[in-house]
Amino acid sequence: MIAHAADAPAQNLASYNFAYLDEQTKRMIRRAILKGIAIPGYQVPFASREMPMPYGWGTGGVQVTAAIIGRDDVLKVIDQGADDTTNAVSIRAFFAKTAGVATTTTTPDATIIQTRHRIPETPLHAGQVLVYQVPIPEPLRFLEPRETETRKMHALEEYGLMHVKLYEDIARNGRIATTYAYPVKVEGRYVMDPSPTPKFDNPKMHMSEALQLFGAGREKRIYAIPPHTEVVSLDFEDHPFEIQHFDEPCALCGAEQVYLDEVVLDDKGGRMFVCSDTHHCESRRAEGHRGALLGDEPAFGDQPLTDKEPAL
Amino acid sequence: MYVAVKGGEAAIANAHRLLASRRRGDATVPGLTLEQIAGQLSLAVDRVMGEGSLYDPELAALAIKQARGDLIEAVFLLRAYRTTLPRFGHSEPVDTGEMLVERRISAVYKDLPGGQLLGPTFDYTHRLLDPELAGDPPLDAPETAADTGERVIRVSDILGDEGLIEDDPATDISRPVADITRTPMEFPMERDARLQTLARGDEGFLLALAYSTQRGYARSHPFAGEIRIGEVDVEVMIPELGFAIVIGRVKLTECQMVNQFKGSAKAPPQFTRGYGLVFGQAERKAMAMSLCDRALRASELGEDITAPAQDEEFVLSHCDNVQSTGFVEHLKLPHYVDFQAELDLVRRMRAEHFAKAADDAATDVAKEAAE
Repeated sequence: MIAHAADAPAQNLASYNFAYLDEQTKRMIRRAILKGIAIPGYQVPFASREMPMPYGWGTGGVQVTAAIIGRDDVLKVIDQGADDTTNAVSIRAFFAKTAGVATTTTTPDATIIQTRHRIPETPLHAGQVLVYQVPIPEPLRFLEPRETETRKMHALEEYGLMHVKLYEDIARNGRIATTYAYPVKVEGRYVMDPSPTPKFDNPKMHMSEALQLFGAGREKRIYAIPPHTEVVSLDFEDHPFEIQHFDEPCALCGAEQVYLDEVVLDDKGGRMFVCSDTHHCESRRAEGHRGALLGDEPAFGDQPLTDKEPAL
Repeated sequence: MYVAVKGGEAAIANAHRLLASRRRGDATVPGLTLEQIAGQLSLAVDRVMGEGSLYDPELAALAIKQARGDLIEAVFLLRAYRTTLPRFGHSEPVDTGEMLVERRISAVYKDLPGGQLLGPTFDYTHRLLDPELAGDPPLDAPETAADTGERVIRVSDILGDEGLIEDDPATDISRPVADITRTPMEFPMERDARLQTLARGDEGFLLALAYSTQRGYARSHPFAGEIRIGEVDVEVMIPELGFAIVIGRVKLTECQMVNQFKGSAKAPPQFTRGYGLVFGQAERKAMAMSLCDRALRASELGEDITAPAQDEEFVLSHCDNVQSTGFVEHLKLPHYVDFQAELDLVRRMRAEHFAKAADDAATDVAKEAAE
C-alpha cells in the first residue's frame, strides 16, 4: 500500500514507497544489518536518512524496521514498555500507514517489536526481531567524546577506561552507579551500549532466541546481537552485576520480578508501582491475577489499540 | 484511582487538529499563498532551501507555510522529502566566475574590474521600522543597468594571478565526489564533505563560531575578498551524449575570505582561503561558512588547534540543525523507565547516607558517654 500525502500541490509531490524508504536505501540498510549480525556488537556506520520524524525520536529504529518489514509482518511498538505512549502510537501509526502491516500489542504475536527503553517481560521466541531505538550507540562516548578515538579503542579492544569508570563509581558511591544503558560485552569481544534500557533488562539480552537489532539514526550506526549470543554485563568479581529489585509487586496484576513504574497518586506522597510492560500487565490481569490496588474490578478486557487484528 | 494513560492515538490526532487550526490562524483573514511566501519572504525560503539541501522555492515555501514559519521545522520537512528522491548523479562543478551577478562586493579593493555592485542589500539601510509597510505602498521600479553579459572576474583570480593567494584546491578527478547524504561522516573529513556539511549547517551555529574566530578563538585575520550573489548554470554530464548539458539555473551566494598565512618552509608567504557557498541569497551564512571553513583547515595548514571553531569533530558533528533540534527535543519524550532506575538508586544511596550519619552520631554519643 502506498500512502499519498493529502495536500500535495500541483506536481505529484509526495508518493512514498512501501514502508517509506526507497528500495535502494533499504538494501543499504540491510547490508549494514547483515554486517552487524556477522560481527555482534560492532557498530556499523550506515548512510542514515532523514526520516519524517525527528532525530532522537527513533529514526534509527524506524529505518531498521522499514528495511526488514514485509507485508506479512506483525508489528508491535513500545516506548517505556508501553504500547500506548505517544511516540509508540506515532511510530505504529507510521508503519500502519506507509506499509499497511498488521500491528499488535501482544508480545508473542509480533514478528517485529520496535522498542525504546525496555525489553518486554515475556521472553521472546525464535523468529522474532527486537529493534531498539538508540540515541548514543557509543558506550565509550561519555568517557571519550571523539569518534576517531573511540573507534580506535574498539579496534584495539581497549576497554580499560570503562572498567576504570565503573571502579570509580564503586570508590565514590560504594556501588556501580549506572542504572540504565549499562555496558555489556558481546560474545567476548565488543563492549556495547544496550540503548538506555534499565539494567534490569540486560540479562534478557543474553542468549536471547530473538534477533536483536539496534538502530541509531542521528549517529548513523547499526549494530546487532544474533540469537543465542553471549551478552555479559560488565562487573567485578567483588561487585557482581545485579539488577534492580522492587520491594512490592505490581499494584494492578501482582507481578513480581518485573520492572515497575512509579505512579504518583496524590501530593501527599502517595505512590503505586505498576508494570512498565503494559501487555504483560494486561495479560496477567486477563488471566485473573489481581494486584493490591485493583480490588474487585472486573477482569481486564484486552482492547486492541488499532482496528486491525494481527494477520497471523 | 489509577488512570492508565490510554488514548494516545486520540490525543495525537486532536493535537494535530489543533495545530492545523493554529497554523491557519484567523480564518477570516485570507490564507498565505505559496507565491506570497516565495516572493515576499524569499530570504526565509532561501535559508530553508540551503539548510534543507533542496533547491525548490515552491516546496520551501510550502514547508514554511506548513511549519508556521518555524524555519528549522521547514528545513526538516524539506529534508525528509528530499531524502526520498532518487539520486541520478551529480552536476559538474558550477563556475561562479560565469555567474550573472546581482550583487558583488569586495572589501579588499576600492574598485576593481566589474565594479562594486551593491544589489538588493540591507547594508546601509537604517533599521527604522517603516509603518508604511503595514499597508502595501506602491514602489518605484528598481533602477538596473542593462545586462552586458560580461564575465565578472573573481577577486580570488585577481590575487591568484600574482600568486598572492593559494590556488584553489585541485580536485582529484579519479576520486568520486563525496555525498554526505549517502555516506556516514568520517574523520578527518575531506574538503568536499566538509563544505557540504557546512553549506547545510545551521546559520546561527556557524555564525556564532565564525564570530568566535574574530574574537580571538582561532583568529585568522580575514578579509572579505569577495561576496557575490547571482545565478549560475547547473550542468550535468550525460554519459550517452559525451558532453555536459545545462539542466537549470540556481541562485547562489559565494564568499571568498582572504586570510593571512605566514608561509612555511615549503610554501612562500601567501594568503589562504576560506570558502562559503550557499543556495539563494544568504550572505550572512556564506560569510560565516567561509570563516568556519578557514578555521577548520588548521591541521592542513599546520596551525595549532586551540579553539572550538578549529575542532573538526566538534563543528561538523553539531552544525546540522535537523539533528540538533531532534535530539535536544527528544528530551520531551517519556524517560520514566530510566528515571525510575535513577530514583531507585538515589533513594538507596540516601538511605545509606542517613543510616551512616545516624550510626556515626550514635557512636559519637557512646564515645562521649564513655569519656
